Amino acid sequence: MAEQVNISQDLAATITAQQISRLERESRRENLGRSWYKFSRNILSIVGIATVLLLILLAIFAPYVTPYPKHAGAFTDFAHAKQPPSSQHLFGTDQIGRDILTRVVFGLRSSLLMGVVVLALVVPPGVLLGLLAGYFQGTWIDTIIMRITDIFLAVPPLILALAVASVLEPNLWNGMMAVSLMWWPWYTRLVYGTASQLRNEYFVTAAQVTGASTWHILFREILPNTISPIFTKMSLDVAWVIIIGSMLSFVGLGVQPPEPSLGTMVADGYRYLPDQWWIMLFPALAIVVVVLGFNLLGDGVRDMFAAEEF
Amino acid sequence: MTDILTATDLKKYFVIGHTGLPKREPITVKAVDGISFIMHEGETLGLVGESGSGKSTVAYTTIGMYHPTSGSLKFRGQDLFPANEKRPLRLRKEIQIVFQDPGSSLNPRRNIKEILEMPLRIHQPDKNRLEQIIHLLEIVDMPPEYMYKYPHMLSGGEKQIVAVARALATNPSLMILDEPTSALDVSVQAKTINLLLRLQKEFNLSYLFITHDLSLMRNVASRVAIMYLGKICEVAETADFFQNPLHPYTQMLLSSIPVVSEAEEELKPKKVISTGEIPSPVNIPSGCSFNTRCPFVMDVCYKVDPVMVEAGNGHTVRCHLFPQPVAAGG
Amino acid sequence: MSSEPLLLDIKNLHVHFAVYGGRLNVLDGVNFFMRSGEKVGLVGETGCGKTTTMKAILRVLPMPPAHVSQGEIRFNGRDILKMSDNDLSQVRGRGISMIFQDPTAALNPVFSIGEQMKAVIQHSAERGKQSSRQETHQRAVASLQEVALADPERLLRSYPIQLSGGMRQRVCIGMALSTSPELLIADEPGTSLDVTIQDQVLRLLRTLVEEKNTSVILITHTLGIVRETTDRVYVMYAGNMVEVAATKKLFANPLHPYTQGLISTVPRLTGGGIASGIPGRIPDYLNPPPGCRFHTRCPHVMDVCRTEKPPAYRVDEDHEVACFLYRDK
Repeated sequence: MAEQVNISQDLAATITAQQISRLERESRRENLGRSWYKFSRNILSIVGIATVLLLILLAIFAPYVTPYPKHAGAFTDFAHAKQPPSSQHLFGTDQIGRDILTRVVFGLRSSLLMGVVVLALVVPPGVLLGLLAGYFQGTWIDTIIMRITDIFLAVPPLILALAVASVLEPNLWNGMMAVSLMWWPWYTRLVYGTASQLRNEYFVTAAQVTGASTWHILFREILPNTISPIFTKMSLDVAWVIIIGSMLSFVGLGVQPPEPSLGTMVADGYRYLPDQWWIMLFPALAIVVVVLGFNLLGDGVRDMFAAEEF
Repeated sequence: MTDILTATDLKKYFVIGHTGLPKREPITVKAVDGISFIMHEGETLGLVGESGSGKSTVAYTTIGMYHPTSGSLKFRGQDLFPANEKRPLRLRKEIQIVFQDPGSSLNPRRNIKEILEMPLRIHQPDKNRLEQIIHLLEIVDMPPEYMYKYPHMLSGGEKQIVAVARALATNPSLMILDEPTSALDVSVQAKTINLLLRLQKEFNLSYLFITHDLSLMRNVASRVAIMYLGKICEVAETADFFQNPLHPYTQMLLSSIPVVSEAEEELKPKKVISTGEIPSPVNIPSGCSFNTRCPFVMDVCYKVDPVMVEAGNGHTVRCHLFPQPVAAGG
Repeated sequence: MSSEPLLLDIKNLHVHFAVYGGRLNVLDGVNFFMRSGEKVGLVGETGCGKTTTMKAILRVLPMPPAHVSQGEIRFNGRDILKMSDNDLSQVRGRGISMIFQDPTAALNPVFSIGEQMKAVIQHSAERGKQSSRQETHQRAVASLQEVALADPERLLRSYPIQLSGGMRQRVCIGMALSTSPELLIADEPGTSLDVTIQDQVLRLLRTLVEEKNTSVILITHTLGIVRETTDRVYVMYAGNMVEVAATKKLFANPLHPYTQGLISTVPRLTGGGIASGIPGRIPDYLNPPPGCRFHTRCPHVMDVCRTEKPPAYRVDEDHEVACFLYRDK
């Protein structure tokens, strides 16, 4: 009987390590190029990403790019209150005399912060639970996780957020906790659907029969295939979280005055319609721009992950 | 010659649901219904059958995806399913599989390097993986540049070659090839099969080769077994199987194949027109399961299920047309 | 020479796709014709462009990223590529019908067979002559009977998932033929079926086609099917038709090196081992080889092949080859 040849023997590589790292770099570059190509087919996606990048920059550098950074804190100037847009105050001033442009940019900052923090809190556990429930579909793990998810989904989201926010001290962080609590189940649901389908794929079977650990299968085989819907949802969710956050501050929970919040500004400003229309209009427009920007970005992200046909 | 795989009255039933109240009887699919075969070390045993035949179930049971309902399956004499334990790694490495659909057998979100890394990491965690991967690619004639490509950048044939490389990574003795070239074009199929044959010689592999393509089987397998609705109908050495098919189902299958030359036309058995549908494996007819479509059906075929008998030269067949053993006690 | 117009006449069709990295020049001047009543096979491997060609005929290519840069597709004399949407919808279904490789994907799982068949029948009824529900039902039943499906009434109420693969394919054939099209395009009709069922389905197709005098284009990569089912065969490679001949002639005497290679790689029932295949792989459509697209893999390559594209040389009454080897015939 012929001796079993050992396939994996140490042998002088026919290709140098240098060549390998060059290959790796080249392929990374090509993948990025391909992704950008898919993303940029639609001009609106570019508008989306440009808008979002601009907003992020504004938010980060708020104190340096706004004309009156002090107006974002405790500040009153009744002499200059309720002034319409002018060259000194591009968006006009509000009822206390604060520059609306500055306050809108700072309000943007807390909105974006809320979006980022909530998603960071919500996505990892939500996705993990979805992976577990999906991969172990049909077992008690699935039942427990999905029934808990169902319970959270059954409670009207805004009511849950309000209830939590009203019990805790009203501020930005507790507002974010409240929103997080009602947000995670959506990710679990999303990933559950994808994961339970994927576990029947041949490549998962191949990993199982070779003896891969469950950890490997969940995170190295299944998770990469769920990235696409997750990221797309995340880009769209930022917009939603901001809206919910605005709703919370509209009813007095979340960010507290004198800190600016887009929602509060809209709430306060609505009393001054129609004469001092600028007090409400600009924060409302800011919300629209943020939401639109992220939606367009989300569309682009979805296109980027789309399977290639050729 | 040792026996690398021995199946003894192997059965695998699936319960796919229950009938309604009040009885709630289980609805069972008898995917594999009592098969016995022996595979010799180093040979290529071909397994032929159409949908519902159970050939894929045999494959998946052998690699450990399913546990048999009853009967035994032994690898070099060692029971593959002792007391429902999980299969140990050292057995997992010996038996590998190449799946039918190259599109879904490779993870679309991982590149070739990562795909080949997986079995290496599990079974050979200490060695230099990059070198091993390059070596594997070399063995299957694939340039190392392919390491960083993703499956969708590869053609069907290339994907299948990666699947073969992945199976080879654990240094197995037995490879199950489940329709490895069915999804491929004929010229790509030729290359892939030639690769598989070369690897078999180089690494002394045994192949369980599953396909519905009899023309391919003729040129690849050393022995052929044909399955219908969970049971083996006929087993023979390849040349004998094709020149002298005994079972009516074998003849039916052979006569339906489209061929490309006059010489082959003459070899085909005279046309056995297939009538009717393949019965669903949930409702297997009693007696011989082929009785609904067999042109030579007799009364006894509806009552008694035939058993496998020798027809000379290692050629066995399971059909009432061939003298069946007298019932015990008679 | 017949003076009636050809049923289908594709002239110099060029189709490319806009993708990352440039253009995929898939169809590179495709010429194809057929007369009424013929059964023509189109053989080629994955990626050769045969499905693209067929989709172009019915104008179901996704228009970006696909572009038809040149060429015409004449059906009974009229150019499909220039037709208005109205005229096109008359052609689709009534003039030309198509059946696909995977009958499971071609049938909508949430509608019953009856609903789908009747939708097809009604869509293709002549303008202003909508049939009554009674008539539509009768036609649906008749179509199912034609494809040898038992108990058509019950079948019309069933859903695709309740049928086997062979039955689904037969339903698709019934649907395609229920509108009595002049031309039926069958794209790999047997590939997803078991061999014995495939045999049944193909024989059924042959019978029906003869009864109704429908012309057929049979697309496949399985040479054996083409040999048994067609009168004339086109062989396609990398976006070009490389050879066309009467079926018997093609198999008895293949001329183009690609055709020869292809036929040699088919495993034989009579044994003889596996051929070594055709070296190389299909060209990258982003940068196709200049000259003859097959030259990089051709065992008989000559200098001219590397720079010029071979025209179709007529070697015999119904045998043409696009290969410089036959320049002087």
